Amino acid sequence: MSQVQTRTDRIRIRSVAHTSSSASAWRNYRERTIELILFLCALSSVAITLGIVWILLKESWQFFAQVSIVDFLTDTQWTVLFENPRYGIMPLVTGTLVTSTVALLVALPLGTTIAIYLSEYASARVREVLKPILEMLSAVPTVVFGYFALLFVTPLLQSILSDLPGFNMLSAGMVIGVMIIPYVSSLSEDAMRAVPTTVREGSYAMGATRLQTALRVLIPAAFSGIASAYVLGFSRAVGETMVVAIAAGTQPNLTINPMEGAATITAYIVQVSLGDLPHGSIAYQSIFAAGLTLMGITLIFNIGGYLLRKKFREIY
Amino acid sequence: MSLYATFNIDSAVQGNKRKDKLFGLFGLLATCVGMLTLAALLMDLMLDGASRLAPHFFTSFPSRFAAQAGILSAWVGTTLVMLVTALTAVPMGVAAGVYLEEYAPKHWLTAIIEINIANLAGVPSIVYGLMALGLFVYQLKLGQSILSAGLTLALLILPIVIVATREAIRAVPASMREAAYALGATKWQTTRDHVLPYSMGGILTGVIIALSRAIGETAPLITIGALTFIAFLPDAPFKAEFPFVSFDWLLSPFSVMPIQMFNWVSRPQQEFHLNAAATGLVLMIMTLAMNGIAIYFRYRFRKRIKW
Repeated sequence: MSQVQTRTDRIRIRSVAHTSSSASAWRNYRERTIELILFLCALSSVAITLGIVWILLKESWQFFAQVSIVDFLTDTQWTVLFENPRYGIMPLVTGTLVTSTVALLVALPLGTTIAIYLSEYASARVREVLKPILEMLSAVPTVVFGYFALLFVTPLLQSILSDLPGFNMLSAGMVIGVMIIPYVSSLSEDAMRAVPTTVREGSYAMGATRLQTALRVLIPAAFSGIASAYVLGFSRAVGETMVVAIAAGTQPNLTINPMEGAATITAYIVQVSLGDLPHGSIAYQSIFAAGLTLMGITLIFNIGGYLLRKKFREIY
Repeated sequence: MSLYATFNIDSAVQGNKRKDKLFGLFGLLATCVGMLTLAALLMDLMLDGASRLAPHFFTSFPSRFAAQAGILSAWVGTTLVMLVTALTAVPMGVAAGVYLEEYAPKHWLTAIIEINIANLAGVPSIVYGLMALGLFVYQLKLGQSILSAGLTLALLILPIVIVATREAIRAVPASMREAAYALGATKWQTTRDHVLPYSMGGILTGVIIALSRAIGETAPLITIGALTFIAFLPDAPFKAEFPFVSFDWLLSPFSVMPIQMFNWVSRPQQEFHLNAAATGLVLMIMTLAMNGIAIYFRYRFRKRIKW
């Protein structure tokens, strides 16, 4: 039985060898085609970026053909949907920056503390349990967080601050802050854990405690990674939409007081999109100009973060 | 000598040790803030919404009367949009990940692709919505449809799928590939028969997490013009008569669960808030379950495979 099999195998091998040149040509052709398809899929991510830039610039171009860019940046009123429209983006920008600042005031201290705790204090088992639970926070749909901010956090805050309005940037910002904790803590922790153990041991050998090591050795050493975490957290906070659209109100309001309600750039885009706007109208184009401004703010902070990182980079 | 006398080293050491312990407690507390928020969120949703979670909530259309309203059109919409998203993002993302990890030569184009993927993670989701509004809805004339929505979310989660695929593939040791090459396998055969099966656990984890994120996305779909009130279902994809399948549903208007919830939250009446809470509860259970499954997969595959 086995002899027969070996013989047929041998014959098969011979016949394969016989036709190998045409088979290998086919094989090469197939390999090349597959590689090309895979390459095109990889290139699609670049196409997304180009698409975003192209659409934002194209529609904003038409917007700025009708609205002067000086008015856009200096006017203090944003009343696109009114009778006598004014196109000053400032109220939306302050709304965005105030909610983001509140969010960062919550997320950065908590996120960094958690990162130090998880990387330097917690045992492997505790970390294994706590990390996934913490990451659940970023998995919760943002519209649910919006509900939570409007109908749980705001009433809670109102019981302390009695003159807090129903729509306010404080509760929206705080909820966004908790929401972005995992982004800050995860990346910061990774950065701290990437610092070589010898550096840590050197500090311990000098008699430093875990806290002193973390604050004076690890944070400076991991600064580059921690700064990336902060910048990502900021990007998330600036781009967050549903929480602010639900809990911070949709009224453009030029203020830096978080106790008031104000529309953010993102909330404005949502508000306009909910109505049925004709394609090509100035209100339609204004959401692209708003989106471009949003991208501009994110870009400025990303570049700032990059420069900061370059300046304080430590290489081992 | 007098210097040594005034500086009590023991008390300094004690003080530092106390601070160290105190910070440990503080760290645990900070972690608890996150977890308490999650718990409060779930409790709040359950207290408000559990009473609405009856079978008819899933089989009724939205209505002017809060007690009769349901999420039928919303969950059907979510299912169909997710179908389009998964069928687009998963093959493309895995293919892109395979290319970057197994094939890509090291030159400027690869570098650009990699930098680009890292940057896409920081782009706000609503910007994807604006892009889709300009490109899919008006430029390609796909309309405010399930197809547009599915493609929008697919683009949104593509970077997540790519990064997860790359990480999973990177964990496969080079010796596996070398063994396959030694037996005469081509690059694609090695990838298809060895690298991909071994990294399937990691890829699957990433895909589930990406889809759970897409399910909760609201802003980009509002931007492309999802309806907040819809009282009909899209054309059924399967028919009794020839040719049995139909793709009319792809171009149908739609609503999804997060948008339904947003609509109910935005209303001033208390009764609609209960509906919103019930929808939120369903969404939370779905995303938490998906994340739970993903964590389980990650744990299991990590345990099972020993190189």
